[in-house]
Amino acid sequence: MIALLRRDLSLAVRAGGGFGLGVAFFLILCALVPFGVGPETSALQPIAAGILWLGALLACLLSLDRIFALDHEDGSLDLLATSPLPLEGAVAVKAVAHWITTGLPLIVAAPLFGILLHLPGAAIPSLLVSLLLGTPALSMLGAFGAAVTVGLRRGGLLLSLLVLPLYIPTLIFGTEMIRRGQDGGDTATPLLFLAGITAGVLALVPFAAAAALRVNLR
Amino acid sequence: MTLLAVHDLAVARGGLRTVEGVSFTLAAGQALILRGPNGIGKTTLLRTVAGLQPPIAGRIDMPEDTVAYAAHADGLKGALTVAENLRFWSRVFGGGDLAPALAAMDLVALADRPAAALSAGQKRRLGLARLLVARRPLWVLDEPTVSLDAASVARFADMVRAHLAAGGAALIATHIDLGLEARVLDLTPFKAKAVRAARPAGFNEAFA
Repeated sequence: MIALLRRDLSLAVRAGGGFGLGVAFFLILCALVPFGVGPETSALQPIAAGILWLGALLACLLSLDRIFALDHEDGSLDLLATSPLPLEGAVAVKAVAHWITTGLPLIVAAPLFGILLHLPGAAIPSLLVSLLLGTPALSMLGAFGAAVTVGLRRGGLLLSLLVLPLYIPTLIFGTEMIRRGQDGGDTATPLLFLAGITAGVLALVPFAAAAALRVNLR
Repeated sequence: MTLLAVHDLAVARGGLRTVEGVSFTLAAGQALILRGPNGIGKTTLLRTVAGLQPPIAGRIDMPEDTVAYAAHADGLKGALTVAENLRFWSRVFGGGDLAPALAAMDLVALADRPAAALSAGQKRRLGLARLLVARRPLWVLDEPTVSLDAASVARFADMVRAHLAAGGAALIATHIDLGLEARVLDLTPFKAKAVRAARPAGFNEAFA
């Protein structure tokens, strides 16, 4: 499993792997919003939390179809399925690799982009914690979507349609947590919900994704 | 010791039966060559034996973790070097040393080359070298000699012979003569009759 993780990470870092693409997309999005709604603090501050989470969602979506599609094309997926590695484990490892290459850079960059959107400093800790707790669920749900659409040509759009509705709970509690942090409210409830959703997703979705892969490999 | 026993096997591709009633056994040290015209179901049969799809009917008996499967796609990453590709599969299969595998397929000089820069035949050789690091007793090979030159085909035949001598077995679908002392199974007589399989009401192939 560690071998698979290391291979996926080194593939992502090497030329054409798309490492950092998500962050760049996130940056562009956050830089465009002030042009769209106006640069005043009164206009940006109320929507900053929502924009940051939507940006993270979309940036995560960008690289989802690569999770399994490339391995399917070159035959690696067939070989992984016949290897001693359980397919559920392979799915989980690939989701982890996706999170490290997409989610983690987003989290690191998010405070900076929060400043672009006039997010008050008091909300930065809750922004970081909410992303840290929420983005693993995004990667794992995305891996499920990628497993369902793996055999399809140009399955990217279908993948987005399948996965984005599954992101709604994470989005709701993630933005709620930042908003409460911004207003100095109690962030414990959204934090617990966010953690609960992620824990449930991490525990159950690998099995669903592996089942979908087995059907698609036939 | 019997490594693989296939009883009355029927397989299907895209919901259509291809071959049915196939039975054979493979013991350690034996090879079986599958022949038959295009579309008869050689690949489907091999994928079924490799466990990538379930059989429609019949039974496949073999110990767990027996099969090393090699098909048309070699499972290589162009951004990784030859040695890195091989090392990855060696680690995944908990398997053997790279050096003998590289030597067996004449890849030592290419070890640090990115796989994307290999020719089709060199890629295939790397794909076959993977069999050696997988250290599985039963090789299930689908057209292993595609894009190999004559010298490499001979090299590959030597590799299979050494594998058989070491107590392995091989199930190979190929159209060319590898010069192996192997039984040949022609799938033509097993072609499925063109009748639609009876399906229960509400049958859904995706969840069958």
